[in-house]
Amino acid sequence: MSLEVVTELPRHLLSIGDLNHDQALLILDTAEELAKISDAPIKKLPTLRGRTIVNLFYEDSTRTRISFEAAAKRLSADVINFSAKGSSVSKGESLKDTALTLQAMGADAVVLRHPESGAANRLAGWTNGVVINAGDGTHEHPTQALLDAFTIRRHLGSVGSDLKGKHISIVGDVLHSRVARSNVLLLNLLGAKVTLVAPPTLIPVGVESWPVEVSYAIDEVLPEVDAVMMLRVQSERMQNSFFPSTREYSRLFGLNLDRMNLLQKGALILHPGPMNRGLEISAECADGVQSVILEQVANGVSVRMAVLYLLLGGNIGVGS
Amino acid sequence: MNAGKPVKTVLEQGDISRALTRIAHEIIEKNRGSENLLLLGIPTRGAYLAARLAKIIGSIDKREIPNGVLDITLHRDDLRSRPPRALTPTVIPTGGVEGKIVVLVDDVLFSGRTIRAALDALGEVGRPAQVQLAVLVDRGHRQLPIRADYVGKNLPTSADEIVRVSISEIDEIDQIVIAGANES
Amino acid sequence: MSTYLIKDVELVSGEKVEIGIADGVIMELSNKASQSYENILDGSGCIALPGLVDLHTHLREPGREDAETVLTGTRAAARGGYTAVFAMANTDPVADTAGVVEQVVRLGKEAGWCQVFAVGAVTKDLAGESMAELGAMAHSAAQVRVFSDDGKCVSDSQMMRRALEYVRQFDGVVAQHAQDPKLTVNAQMNEGTVSARLGLRGWPAVAEEAIIARDVLLASHVKSRLHICHVSTAGSVDIIRWAKSRGIDVTAEVTPHHLLLSDDLVESYDPKFKVNPPLRSSEDIAALRMGLADGTIDIVATDHAPHPAEDKECEWAGAANGMIGLETALSVVQKTMVDTGLLTWSQVADRMSITPAKIGRAIGQGIALAVGAPANITIYDPSKNKVVVAQEQISKSKNTPFEGIDLPGQVRHVFFQGNPTMISTEMVAR
Repeated sequence: MSLEVVTELPRHLLSIGDLNHDQALLILDTAEELAKISDAPIKKLPTLRGRTIVNLFYEDSTRTRISFEAAAKRLSADVINFSAKGSSVSKGESLKDTALTLQAMGADAVVLRHPESGAANRLAGWTNGVVINAGDGTHEHPTQALLDAFTIRRHLGSVGSDLKGKHISIVGDVLHSRVARSNVLLLNLLGAKVTLVAPPTLIPVGVESWPVEVSYAIDEVLPEVDAVMMLRVQSERMQNSFFPSTREYSRLFGLNLDRMNLLQKGALILHPGPMNRGLEISAECADGVQSVILEQVANGVSVRMAVLYLLLGGNIGVGS
Repeated sequence: MNAGKPVKTVLEQGDISRALTRIAHEIIEKNRGSENLLLLGIPTRGAYLAARLAKIIGSIDKREIPNGVLDITLHRDDLRSRPPRALTPTVIPTGGVEGKIVVLVDDVLFSGRTIRAALDALGEVGRPAQVQLAVLVDRGHRQLPIRADYVGKNLPTSADEIVRVSISEIDEIDQIVIAGANES
Repeated sequence: MSTYLIKDVELVSGEKVEIGIADGVIMELSNKASQSYENILDGSGCIALPGLVDLHTHLREPGREDAETVLTGTRAAARGGYTAVFAMANTDPVADTAGVVEQVVRLGKEAGWCQVFAVGAVTKDLAGESMAELGAMAHSAAQVRVFSDDGKCVSDSQMMRRALEYVRQFDGVVAQHAQDPKLTVNAQMNEGTVSARLGLRGWPAVAEEAIIARDVLLASHVKSRLHICHVSTAGSVDIIRWAKSRGIDVTAEVTPHHLLLSDDLVESYDPKFKVNPPLRSSEDIAALRMGLADGTIDIVATDHAPHPAEDKECEWAGAANGMIGLETALSVVQKTMVDTGLLTWSQVADRMSITPAKIGRAIGQGIALAVGAPANITIYDPSKNKVVVAQEQISKSKNTPFEGIDLPGQVRHVFFQGNPTMISTEMVAR
């Protein structure tokens, strides 16, 4: 009976910035093991039996909620879905009161999706339970980045290794993207080189402090990369003059058949979804052989199982 | 390392290899050969012991004996008593466990809870024809109705003593020691 | 009226004196008092400053008495060493009529903790569309001289021009909250490396600087007096320095929090650090300190902005802007300006009492300590250190950003028009 010394995760998963290299790899490697469960005839493990996980969603995101729900249920946790959509930040029950209510109900973990940046950080200060950030405003979406890295590593790397030497481009509305923020941090942590591609209006002021390169010319970047991640572009950005028209955006920054041919053979196409087909990505690219978009969805469950296991599978509260 | 605590070596290198050889013979004897055998080791040290046993049986019976690794972490009933553990890959040889005689291999049999978890984990992989248990040391103090089919050495201990198994693949030496109580 | 003698106290000149107070004025200021006084107070180790004057205070009454009232706000001011405050106009109803400004001044008089001057709104309901009755407020019993839409910027260039011109007839000043509204829609924090990382919408420095640049040019054109509220960026300091070098009649204020706190504190997403204009970078802080030291920035004003707990105990974006500051201002100035060697105590008296009173035309306030001057006096002990505890603030709201910070100095005695409002660090019941 030997006790392994294992890397511990922080108490909450609020930001990729809270993780170090070993912790990130631990999540990916654990997910790799748990992915096998999805192939097994019996897809349920007793690991989190008796734990209660609340999916607290202030924004519609059916795919993220279902992914967390499936992950929790495969680990035998009890899941409560709490949709608070429409509760504006200034009206109705405050996030703090909701947090205290959930705690009184005995929630061991809260998976929070919220339209405001920092909401998960605030929640973590008000509850004894574990808080998992499932997307907060334009801040971060850590499990999305983890599943993206997991997907990339399955194709371009191996279990136990990081993404050193890989070059990944993130294309689109970086300014408003929590997926981009988490991915920049995680890909950098795992040793990959990251190039952001977007019109200057959609790159944040202060980007020079990020560990990335920035380009406005997608055609120059695509031949260089091992994977390209297309971000969702919301057409309402057009009204605020971030770009003149969806047509122009698509022409300058969209991934289409011609651009796909610029990619190296074996380079991957990712998209966090939901996609605007014909805007940031054309159907041929989304459904082509280089696309791993559907794998991302499947991998999401494994990665979230890993996060739930590593945060809730032990004695909660003694970690750092 | 064990300042002030009595440490007693109970099995040395030769003893361990003799015990494994004996277990190998017993497995062949009980199963009337080695056909249909599958050895699954429980990480960490059980996995290496399973590989060694498979090699010994194979050399006696002149055939390749399939062996693998069965991680039981997600089925443990003591998860909440300590920080989450990293998972070890479960490795099941091609052919799976269906219809096989699976011999679970672990270093020490103590409370029996590990084996209970292993049986659950195995149930998820498939449905073997039979499951048997081989351990290098049985130190008593069972908390569940579980017993081993093959035992390298029965070792009477007090509950707070620590049995430490070292194997050369990890620890550079083959030996089993009993350390006094209260050692961490 | 009782009489008081403060012994063993130092003037800003360094001279050790005894200060005799009777009939609302300073009777004596010498190394040995010649008369006898009923009460003797210990001033050893302390500096005597003219009572502090805050040109920028939100007292919240009428309308948000849950956050602060004239009574509680002026009591907090007294505790911080203030003998006069200017109550900002963004109350509910807005202080855009003679009635409201007179009410605020009357409530201040009744409370008796310090003198309350009312700031009048520049535009009706702070809406920026039509000019409030500035003359009526100026000629009311409140005698308003400072006009501001603070909280909102007078962003329309023509409106700003007219206001600057109009207030000249009664020697008024327009105090601008410089914030281009179009550049700061839903802005949450300083735009820079921290906002990029936190995903909070940026409040760019240029939104402040562009308005200041426009307004100094307008003030120059119409030869009027302009005051810039809560200057927060290095670029603003440069523009004001340039304007002053051209002889433009502009004055400016900086808040204690902008002198000490930087935007990386927002990483906690704790809205106690949410304020408008937002906390800026450490480079901005350095430029603000230099600007205050060399006189480019004329004064320190608190922008004391109380908010009840529920307006801060929420998500960052949903939280109210503002910080309380009256009780900690002098200590923050000591920490950032005096202990760093940037200002002398004489200059502190200038920037926190004499000049703000001059800008606001606060008659009877901001007068250097001298025999015959009104007895508005703050006795301050710079040697005491204390960690700020939010719950110990006597403002009705506890939203201080300085909680947990070790600040130097402690106000020991305060006299307002000859009456003590604080003796030996204890508030004197009114």
